[in-house]
Amino acid sequence: MATDALGWWGVPLAIIAGTLRGSAPFLFVSLGECLTEKSGKINLGLEGTLLMGAMSAYAVSFLTGSPWLGVITAGVAGMGLGLIHGWLAQQPRVNDIAVGIAMIIFGSGLAFFFGKPYIQPAAPQLPSIAFGAWSQSPQLESALRVSPLFLLGVAIAPLMTWFFRATRWGLLVRAVGDSPDAARAMGISVFKVRLFSIMAGSFLAGVGGAYLSLYYPGIWSERISSGQGLMAVALVIFARWNPRQCLYASLLFGGAQAIGPALQSVGIDAYYYLFNASPYILTLLIMVFTCSPRRQLSGAPGALGQSQD
Amino acid sequence: MTDSLRRSLANLYIPLGSLLAALIIFGGFCALAGANPFGVYHSIYRAAFGSWSSFQNTLTQASPLMLSSLCTALPARLGLVIIGNEGAIVMGGLAAVVSGLALSDWGAASPVVQIGMALAAMGLGGLWIALVGALRHYRAVNETISSLLLNYIAIALLNHLINGPLKDPSSLNNPATYPIPAVHMLGNLPGSRVHYGLIFGLVACGIAYFLIQRTTFGFAARTTGGNLRAAKIAGLPVGQLTLIICFLGGACAGLAGMVEVAAIHGRANAALNAGYGYSGVLVAFIARQNPIAATVVALLLGGILASGGILQRAHSLPDATVLVFQGIVFLSVLYGDSLQGRLSGLMQRFRRQPVPPPAPIGPLV
Repeated sequence: MATDALGWWGVPLAIIAGTLRGSAPFLFVSLGECLTEKSGKINLGLEGTLLMGAMSAYAVSFLTGSPWLGVITAGVAGMGLGLIHGWLAQQPRVNDIAVGIAMIIFGSGLAFFFGKPYIQPAAPQLPSIAFGAWSQSPQLESALRVSPLFLLGVAIAPLMTWFFRATRWGLLVRAVGDSPDAARAMGISVFKVRLFSIMAGSFLAGVGGAYLSLYYPGIWSERISSGQGLMAVALVIFARWNPRQCLYASLLFGGAQAIGPALQSVGIDAYYYLFNASPYILTLLIMVFTCSPRRQLSGAPGALGQSQD
Repeated sequence: MTDSLRRSLANLYIPLGSLLAALIIFGGFCALAGANPFGVYHSIYRAAFGSWSSFQNTLTQASPLMLSSLCTALPARLGLVIIGNEGAIVMGGLAAVVSGLALSDWGAASPVVQIGMALAAMGLGGLWIALVGALRHYRAVNETISSLLLNYIAIALLNHLINGPLKDPSSLNNPATYPIPAVHMLGNLPGSRVHYGLIFGLVACGIAYFLIQRTTFGFAARTTGGNLRAAKIAGLPVGQLTLIICFLGGACAGLAGMVEVAAIHGRANAALNAGYGYSGVLVAFIARQNPIAATVVALLLGGILASGGILQRAHSLPDATVLVFQGIVFLSVLYGDSLQGRLSGLMQRFRRQPVPPPAPIGPLV
């Protein structure tokens, strides 16, 4: 439909629009996962956190009429799940990957359980900023509508880079992630730093969920997430544990996700589902080419993936 | 002697205690949601194991879980955490459909079609996970992430094929492939509604246990999982072991896909990724990667899955209740694992001197 007036120009425009709309969940979960992994733990359960965030944001926005209150609730709900993950994954002999899978099941179960009554009603949505108001073309105007939540995520990315580089707390997180023994010798509580990092990361992932249900696609249903939470771990590897590169990675993945629908809108739908898989294929290829058995990935926290003593 | 006895007792009472704790937490959850916990327990028990008829449902649910769990449990012996079960099931199901359609077109007899379907499914599922093992061994790509990504790629392939090249034009709302002729479907065990997949699951778990615990090959695999450096120094062919074990694990999950196609759906459709993959990971972890224990856990989990409908009807709880229950069981079993070895130490300390209990390290939930 969007291509009636624009013809083939609709394809790149649809991809840009899709990137601006669809990158934010990737951005929030990857920043959250980045913070978590910098402290030396993996949280595979962000898919559950994302769904929980989406559901609680929608429910609170519906009940109170304030979508921003929904966003905050989503973050807090995410933190609750992060608390469970952070505590359990640091017990001796507990594998953080296994805890992550358990948290996916538990978190999505909770979200579907409590979200059942909210599938039908319509909740107030987040506002958007119209950067394309100057344009005569309605397509361009709608493509350039951007959520303030997305801008917030874009701002957090360099802020987090600065946090790791220049602040005392950032140094603590990095120390715990690179060499827990050295951190312990300095008198830092490894347990607490990791717990806080995981909880803060889960807060961000919860906010990412709020974006899904309160902005785009802007509904609550059990199929609202297309695996963005699961992708977080791969995104962070792709971004080499650098928050600023998480932003670029999220834009790339958001864009890749928009290719299938954009081509479908001009009548090319033969490979629709395969185009939808392009982010996953891309990540896999990048991992195949950048990993090597002879050295660790540059930028990887030293203690990442090592089991607790 | 007493030490080993205590250890085997701990192996029994910690998982049982974890299950009990999960039941109590879940009961509290149901009470908060306004349902009578004991009524819910009773319903789950009745729906899962209450009668021969309902137990047959449990058995039917359990058989793909047994097969799928081996996809995690076998590589775990090498120290690999593989969660690509879902993808291997999907690929197995696709291979089964394609080979089944080709063989029946060719006019082959039913046993030939069925054996062909099983072999194709095991082959493709095995290659799918062997790819994960190869990436791990030759490129040091993290096996958990790559197997997770391959799940999504497999599901995309499935969607592509059932909406495009393999689509049966008569399946409009629920896209699916052309069906396998009914005469070539896997039958039921005599006198029951349970299909032969159950036998596949039990036999596969038995073979896997024998292979890992009782053969030189299994010993080499366990050595590699225990200490990679030592295994390399001892001259074990680590790469070969990785590829073979991953292939076997994937083959089992692929067979689960074939069973779903050849015994239940008769065609490949979106129901192939119904979650047996992730539940299989759950089974493997709860069973501590032991194939024999996996059969029992698969029965338990199959029972829980089979009780989804009755919770909705009898207690007006959403169907996601089953998911919450699974999550609680999984989390509580994982916590139970961390008590292994700590529990007896704690008890001894209490006996020697009445020290105050350790300060709480963090609030629970």
